[in-house]
Amino acid sequence: MSEIDLKRRNFFKTSLGAAALTIAPGILLFDVAHGKPEAVSSSVRWGMLIDTANCREGCNDCVTACNKENGLSGVNNTTNAQWIRKIEIKEVSTGRQVSLPMMCQHCEHPPCVDVCPTGASFKRADGIVLVDRHRCIGCRYCMMACPYKARSFVHEVVTDQNPDVPRGKGTVESCSLCVHRIDAGLKPACAESCSNKAILFGDLNDPNSEISKKIRSVTSVQVRADLGLNTGVRYQGL
Amino acid sequence: MKRLAFLLLCLCFPLAWAGGTAAPKIDIGKGGQCVEETQWMRKNHMNVLKHQRDEVVHKGTREEKHSLKNCIECHASTKDNSVTARADSFCVACHANQAVKIDCFECHSNKRKSAWMQGTGK
Repeated sequence: MSEIDLKRRNFFKTSLGAAALTIAPGILLFDVAHGKPEAVSSSVRWGMLIDTANCREGCNDCVTACNKENGLSGVNNTTNAQWIRKIEIKEVSTGRQVSLPMMCQHCEHPPCVDVCPTGASFKRADGIVLVDRHRCIGCRYCMMACPYKARSFVHEVVTDQNPDVPRGKGTVESCSLCVHRIDAGLKPACAESCSNKAILFGDLNDPNSEISKKIRSVTSVQVRADLGLNTGVRYQGL
Repeated sequence: MKRLAFLLLCLCFPLAWAGGTAAPKIDIGKGGQCVEETQWMRKNHMNVLKHQRDEVVHKGTREEKHSLKNCIECHASTKDNSVTARADSFCVACHANQAVKIDCFECHSNKRKSAWMQGTGK
């Protein structure tokens, strides 16, 4: 091969490389995290620990992040869907006030699943309680069964959904623990958005996870523990 | 030779006639190599999608090859990034022609993820 040919070859190689570089950022910019093709397993149980001491009164960051991620309007009226809400509670005798986020508690024994007549409400192997909207007939029995008022019914036609979060009129929905993000290896939007790190997300079944270590060392409670539902979301400082 | 040409013409005529009137005009988007053979997909895409949706929702097996999102990624129009926006959009063109209602997009987004992200300013 002559020298000129080699030069030509190198020229093509470098120009191809440059072309790849210029195309790549455009593609990578919109490349979203990919899920795994394997089924989820019950060796994992996703849960949250919410530290009420770090949850600021009046802060709504988790709610805003949830609304944005899941395409909820965020308008607070009687018929709009709400997956997470901030509540302020006060102990009357002492006057102590606590602020905390309330959402689907992802029970081990979810009452919503018990009552669902079509099998639309179900618990995934990794502990996430979901609604299969292909099967949901919108009867709202699950909404009545839920002790946490965590579920909402979609009353209006929904447009411009997040391609990862399908939502539609006539079905019930609730916090999915951002299942599409978890499957892609990310944290739920609320946990990521909390500037005070009040929401700790992790695997309750893994003894070495941060959340497991913390619930071993600090006092945490389940809301309405008397119902024996064994919630996946726990609260510290209630 | 003349006879052969005539025979060929006779064979071609019914094909052209059938194709010309019945086939809808479809905007196939980016198109390219489909995940399965085209003719097979025409016949079986609904079963593939139904099977895939149950697997994904209940088991979390996010296998991308047969996902609705993957369909949309290639077949959303290059003009408006949608598979349903116009009469000749990829899904609508055939479904309107065959009078089969599509329920998918009452809940699912009809847009490419990249286009949706640009639209919402995320």
